[in-house]
Amino acid sequence: MNNDKIDKNNPGQTSPADPKPHDGNRSLQDSRSSDADLLKEAAESDYKYGFVSDIDTDIIPVGLSEEIVRLISAKKGEPEWMLDFRLRAYRYWLTLTPPKWGHLRMPEIDFQAISYYAAPVKKEGPKSLDEVDPELLKTFDRLGIPLQEQKQLSGMAVDAVMDSVSVKTTHKEALAEKGIIFCSISEAIKDYPDLIKKYLGSVVSYKDNFYAALNSAVFSDGSFVYIPKGVRCPMELSTYFRINASGTGQFERTLIVADDDSYVSYLEGCTAPMRDENQLHAAIVEIVVEDRAEVKYSTVQNWYAGDKDGRGGIYNLVTKRGLCRGDYSKLSWTQVETGSAITWKYPSCVLAGEGSVGEFYSVALTRNYQQADTGTKMIHLGRNTRSTIVSKGISAGFSENSYRGLVKVTPAADGARNYTQCDSLLLGSDCGAHTFPYIDVMNPTAIVEHEATTSKISEDQIFYCNQRGIPTEEAVGLIVNGYAKEVMNKLPMEFAVEAQKLLQISLEGSVG
Amino acid sequence: MSKASEQYLELYRAHRDAIDAHGAPAMNALRQGAAEALRRAGGFQEKGDEGYEKTSVDGMFAPDYGVNINRVDMPADVSASFRCGVPNLSTLLAVVVNDRFVPSSTLLKNIPEGLTVCSLAQACREMPDLVMKYYGQAADISDPSVALNTMFAQDGVFIHVGKGVRSERAVQLVDIFSSSTPLMAARRVLVAAEENSHVAILKCDHTQGDEARCMSSEVVEIFAARGARVEWYDIEESNASTSRRHQLFARQAEGSELHICGATLTNGTTRNDFRIDVDGEHAVTGLGAMAIGSGDQHIDNSSVIRHAADRGRSNQLLKYVLDDCATGAFEGSIEVCHGARFVEAYQSNRNILASKGARMHTKPQLLIYNDDVKCSHGATTGQLDQNALFYMRTRGIPEDEARRMLMQAFMVDVIDSITLEPLRDRLRHMVDRRFAGETAGCRDCKSSC
Repeated sequence: MNNDKIDKNNPGQTSPADPKPHDGNRSLQDSRSSDADLLKEAAESDYKYGFVSDIDTDIIPVGLSEEIVRLISAKKGEPEWMLDFRLRAYRYWLTLTPPKWGHLRMPEIDFQAISYYAAPVKKEGPKSLDEVDPELLKTFDRLGIPLQEQKQLSGMAVDAVMDSVSVKTTHKEALAEKGIIFCSISEAIKDYPDLIKKYLGSVVSYKDNFYAALNSAVFSDGSFVYIPKGVRCPMELSTYFRINASGTGQFERTLIVADDDSYVSYLEGCTAPMRDENQLHAAIVEIVVEDRAEVKYSTVQNWYAGDKDGRGGIYNLVTKRGLCRGDYSKLSWTQVETGSAITWKYPSCVLAGEGSVGEFYSVALTRNYQQADTGTKMIHLGRNTRSTIVSKGISAGFSENSYRGLVKVTPAADGARNYTQCDSLLLGSDCGAHTFPYIDVMNPTAIVEHEATTSKISEDQIFYCNQRGIPTEEAVGLIVNGYAKEVMNKLPMEFAVEAQKLLQISLEGSVG
Repeated sequence: MSKASEQYLELYRAHRDAIDAHGAPAMNALRQGAAEALRRAGGFQEKGDEGYEKTSVDGMFAPDYGVNINRVDMPADVSASFRCGVPNLSTLLAVVVNDRFVPSSTLLKNIPEGLTVCSLAQACREMPDLVMKYYGQAADISDPSVALNTMFAQDGVFIHVGKGVRSERAVQLVDIFSSSTPLMAARRVLVAAEENSHVAILKCDHTQGDEARCMSSEVVEIFAARGARVEWYDIEESNASTSRRHQLFARQAEGSELHICGATLTNGTTRNDFRIDVDGEHAVTGLGAMAIGSGDQHIDNSSVIRHAADRGRSNQLLKYVLDDCATGAFEGSIEVCHGARFVEAYQSNRNILASKGARMHTKPQLLIYNDDVKCSHGATTGQLDQNALFYMRTRGIPEDEARRMLMQAFMVDVIDSITLEPLRDRLRHMVDRRFAGETAGCRDCKSSC
């Protein structure tokens, strides 16, 4: 076991073109000194979350073995059944090889070179914010997360997950009054073992895929949400994930259960420091939606994407799936993906209940050498199930952006309806935009539609903006925002503003 | 190594000399490399492999088929298929029995100067340089099915259109399977259209008798030189005991036009691949395909149109109507390479499922590496428009007939993409007949052609 102290004065990569070390927190707006600098600035100083926090971290040795799995379980003081679950997953993982089918150039990941557990060191579990490491609070302050008590008025309950451990959940009491459980998954394992036993792995089994098996074996924390029958969650629930320590992976696990007639809107945000090496993020999100319940899951993913030459960045290999088990239930995924060196994920809906509804709205922006292979799966099992997919891909620089989606209508899904639209926008002639939809229909009463277009921003549109005094760079931002509007509108207000800014920042310097 | 490929490699090893002895030098030259490629591949594609979601090519080749290595003459009732000629279209007719080329008297009599339609083996002997220039140049030998075909192909069809030659008459190839024992035939077609030439080729597949299982492994290579125009029409009317692995590879030079239209009316298991490389600027490509499936028919089409040059235009339209327990699959992709500017490429796939047991799998794909393009694809799977059906019934049309009329109407735009008018009418008639439930093949045919 190491107690690594991370050097605050080395916040990541220094570009040869820029003699000053990066101040990761520098606002882009401030640095707009002249037009000539603009491109350079935008290309180099965009990742404002790229700082490393000076926090004592408890990291276990690198590598993965049965002992490590036992060690993680022991560190978390888990009951026997949880250890069994992990070991089953680990033993199954040993029989698997990493999948290769993505439209991605991904170097082999050495799974023995990763530390599977990194936790901020804490003496005792903090009872109030006063006891939380002030450096940690500073970190979340810089991320703009309303973790501080005084910010609680902003009305969002936050569970912050740093590296692998959930550090603080706000608004817990207010939620508890309504019977809502919102806590870290390790707490839930201790406090609500029956619920966890019932639901953990029920949507994403450890046998699902390589990374799901890995996550099931080593996951260290995450969030658990349970909304009881008939309860409408009064506030947005939110989790912020951050990978801080170097040489670690983050394997969090989120489990959301919405019981009959309930409603919850859940937000997820992610950041990581800028580092030369690639870091792995292999999470699992499971959602169970019962009769007439509705879950809205929004993600703004802004993991560090690597520098402009494609060095470093996060490998974001995530399994997200929701089971609309109840009749007339609804699950809506909204994602804005701007970060990560590699994004490989397909938030899915299994529409089992009669009349259940699945939605997927996505904006994925890639630039420099980023690669994304993302989309969704809509599996229609129940009668009269409906799904909508709207995916907007934007590629710039030397990036590769793929939409891959499955729509499957099984023989029992009478009257199923799907509409899919995926558009790609190309900025520059060196990037790639690809579409791989899989459509399987086994029922004659189903109607499935898929449309996709690929094009660049038309010169007419730019010309029109220029004519009205809008410079090209701003015009592109304007057009892209309009293009992504359909998806942005689905985000909760606070997130929509952030996402729009993120998109704007990410776009700058991409216009050639 | 899969059992299916093992048995063919074994057969090749044992009879290599006999295959070579009955083959031609240009074709023999590629055999060893092909055998090595098949060995390297370790087997054919399995169901579920990327690009082969619903079809197991390995399963198609797995049965113990015989191969007519020693070129034993197998009799076929050519006149039965000849009756299926296209009325009002005088064609240059040739018949391929299993894999043996049989020219008709009309072909020999009417063939215009500058156009060659002959046996591939004969062409290898008489004009080896010309054949060598094209044979095996477009087909991707690393594909196990192409490798197998190259290993065993001993004859085929060679069509050469000289510079500036515009053939008034279409070339008609009637492919007949005729065998009393299970048979695998390696068929090969080579089409080379020189600069500014024009040729239309019409090909139909038949199986005579349904007592023996047949497997058709067919590789077609088409080269359209600068300004050439090639039309390729392919109609399959085989039977339930026939498997067809058809692979078409085409190369298009500057300003060339290639129009392909495939129709699968009756069959057993079919997998068609269309791979078109657009290497020259201003090239135009059209790909139409229709499939009508009932019973246990399995129809899988796959297309790749790769634009490597500026200002290419391509359009793909594929339509399926599936009834009973028929399964259909379509995987198509448009690829625009880095540096290929101003490309316009469209793809559309529309399917109707007419029964509970029918299945459709669709995967339209776009791979775009350039920003100055206009590309789109669309896919729908559904049923007949209930309002239209209701409307027709209110006008006194019985439901069955109304359904049939709507299905016929659904297929019309694929048929309309055919430029040869007599063929268009003929195909419309065949589709009508097919929807009316009349089985194809001359024996049961009620039409009076």
